[in-house]
This record gives sequence, C-alpha cells and structure tokens, in this order.
Amino acid sequence: MATYRELLAQVKEEIDEVGAAEARERQGEALFVDVREREEWEEGAVPGAVHVPRGQLESRIEGLVPDRSREIVLYCSVGARSAFAAKSLGELGYDNVTNLAGGFTDWKRNGFEVETPHSLTPDQRRRYSRHLLIPEVGDAGQEKLLGSRVLLIGAGGLGSPSSLYLAAAGVGTLGIVDADVVDDSNLQRQIVHSTDRLGEPKVLSAKRTLEALNPDVEVQTFEERLTSENVERILAEGWDVIVDGADNFPTRYLVNDASVWHRIPVVHGSIYRFEGQVTVFNPPEGPCYRCLFPMPPPPELAPSCAEGGVLGVLPGIVGSLQANEALKLLLGIGESLQGRLLLVDALGTTVDEVAVQRDPSCPVCGETPTITEYVDYVEFCAGVRP
Amino acid sequence: MTRVRIPPTLRNEVGGERELVGEGDTVREVLEDLSGRYPALEAQLFDGGSLAPFVNVYLGGEDVRTLDGLETRVNGASVILLPAMAGGC
Repeated sequence: MATYRELLAQVKEEIDEVGAAEARERQGEALFVDVREREEWEEGAVPGAVHVPRGQLESRIEGLVPDRSREIVLYCSVGARSAFAAKSLGELGYDNVTNLAGGFTDWKRNGFEVETPHSLTPDQRRRYSRHLLIPEVGDAGQEKLLGSRVLLIGAGGLGSPSSLYLAAAGVGTLGIVDADVVDDSNLQRQIVHSTDRLGEPKVLSAKRTLEALNPDVEVQTFEERLTSENVERILAEGWDVIVDGADNFPTRYLVNDASVWHRIPVVHGSIYRFEGQVTVFNPPEGPCYRCLFPMPPPPELAPSCAEGGVLGVLPGIVGSLQANEALKLLLGIGESLQGRLLLVDALGTTVDEVAVQRDPSCPVCGETPTITEYVDYVEFCAGVRP
Repeated sequence: MTRVRIPPTLRNEVGGERELVGEGDTVREVLEDLSGRYPALEAQLFDGGSLAPFVNVYLGGEDVRTLDGLETRVNGASVILLPAMAGGC
C-alpha cells in the first residue's frame, strides 16, 4: 500500500508539469482551470481561469471543454490536487494537459497578475443554480447577466413574457418604455399585469411584478411613447440589447434607426392573430429592419391586434423566443436569429424560416445612407416620403 | 404547380385561404395566375407591374429581391408572401 507522498510522487511521474513562468507564457493560448475550492478561488485566481472544484472536474470537463486536444493548464494551491486532476483528465482522453507545479502559491510568489473574481452571493447561487449548472452560462455568464442592461419597447403582449423571463434570468437592469395604462382587454395575454392593476401605468405595474419576481433586478421606467424627441435621452442611459415589442410602425422604424446609429442589437418580434415573426437586427454584421421591410404596408394591410385580434398565448411564444435571443446576445453564446426571420404559425403549429440579407442600398445601414437623422416617423409610415 | 402561403392580412382577398396553388415557371407567372383568380389580391401585390414595395416574396426561404426578382424560376420550391406586421400588443 502506498502512502499519500508515494502516490503523489508516482502521479507526478505520469503527468506533464510546468513552472509558473512557463505557464504564464501559455496564457491566452491554454485554458487555465482552477480546481481549488470556492473559498480559495474567491480570494484570488489566475486572470481568465475558469473555476471547477476538483470534486466536480470529471463530471463537468466534457461540457466545458468538448475538444479533448485543447491545451489545458490545471492548478490548485501548491500543485498536488491539480496533479491528481491532470492524471484523471489524461484518463478521460485529454492529451494536452499540464499541471502548474507549485500552484497558485508559486504564481503569486513570482509576482504574476492575480484577479479577484466577482462572486455571486449564497442567495444568488441558489436562485440561479440551474443556470450555473449549464456550462454555457455558469458563474461568469450569470455575473454577465447581472451586469447587463436591456431596454424593452412596450410592456404589452410581447413585453410581458420577455420582461418576466429576463427578470427571472437575473438581467440586472431592465428599462421599459410604455405610455399606456393597464386595461381589462389587455389581461387575456399581458401576463406581467393583473386585475388589481387596472388603470395603473403599465411601466409601474410591470416594475412591481418584475421586482417582486427578482429583487436582483432594477427596473427603470419610461412612462412615455418613444419619439424622435425622447429617444436620445432614453438611449443615453446605455443599453446592451433592445427588445422591440412595439405595437405600431412609426415606433418600429424609429427603434431601427436609433439602434443602427447607436449600434445596439434589436430583438424584433411582431404578432397578429395566430402568426408571429421573430428576428435579430444587428448591423453592420447583419441586416436592419429597413433591409427587411423598406416600407410599411398601407394601414388596410396592417391591422393591429386591437383591430384584428390575437390569440392570447401567441405573444407568450414569440416574446419567449425574444427573451431567448436577448439572453444569447448578452452571454455571447449560440447562434442568434441574425439574418434569419422565424415565422411562427400557432394554428398549424409550424415554424418556417426565411433568409434576411443586408441591403447595400438600405437608406440607413447601407453603403451610402440617405437617412442620417430622425425623420417624422408618423408621416413616413403614412406614405409621405422625405 | 407552386404552393403559395398567404399571410393573414391578405386572406380576405383570397376567400380566407391560408395557402393557394399557382401555375407558372417564374414567380411572376405564379403570382399572376393567382391574381387572375383573385383580382383583389392583384391590387395588394402589384404596383404598376412590379411588386409592391411593402410585400416581401420568398422562394424556398430566399427573398426574391436577392434572386432574379419576379423573373426567378420557381423550380418546385414554395412561395411565402410576407408583409410587415407591426403588432406587439
């Protein structure tokens, strides 16, 4: 039977090791994995390292590093726990793993850079535990969401589900623009409001619901209709993503032009009866709303839900898809709907997709823009061309 | 024979149908075939011989503006007519 010292020495024979100086040269290339316990990690770590406690390494590494040829540098405090970890990763087929001999202690002794990771509180760890378990989100992603700011245009059918899910997900700041008050005809679908809020401004009703759902979230209310006059003031607050759930064309085109000029991605959703459209506008990487729809249809071809109706659950489907796109944009993960328009048909339960390309002659995001400042959007949508 | 999906806002023009079948080799011929049968549709789709600027036409998921426009050959793919919808309500 081997003693611990003998076992450690034997393991160290079987793995590759580097010193702190050599490991430092691998920063940026190799993935540094800190296998210490949470309390040790929170006191300071190698910048850019990911934290996976030794006890969870085998179960989580495949999700975190699907590519088994990826270069990995493992470390703990003095290089012992990470030596066993390196051996174990070798057995799992990871063939480019080295152990930082001397560990984080030696790293610090060399005077190399140390970063103190922001960390979630114990309450937040419980609240967001199902996010933390997903490799694509994890601690870093959750902290990113908590530091993110999303502006919602409209607290109606689409704004209800999208704001609820964004708040539940812990997006730290939600701005909501809406001038309306809660009406009893809203409640068949606008689930962020409720019967006891009738007559209350929608932004205040939504704020109460969202902050009750998640006290980590701050809701900034803009009890006004978005216009050419107030758009700059509202955007000056700084937003990472705009979720557009407006109910009219002038606002859609205004949101588009402002977002192109401010370079803010827009998650677009629109609904009518049983059908919905969802996409992401993000020029210059992708198209803008004007590339897709250069001109709004005449009023008789574009009835609103108030005129033509909408199935109550449809905004729930489309608004949830918008929340999903917004979260992916904030986290920088997955494939967004940029360049793709999703067509949802709730009556046939089908989803179709059409391609949306940038229009080089687009008057706002094209090569030679002809619209460079806010126009009268009501006139524009009524067919009066500048 | 080309299947053409009709958006909700144009269904009144075609007797409530969600999908129609048109004959023709190009997108223009297919849409003109439908317009011949449903004159009210023609008024919404065409603006003096060209496509109305507020109606998007997709063939096989691609915007015909990025193909050969109305002269694009259909080759068995299906057509989607799609005007913008404003509603977020």
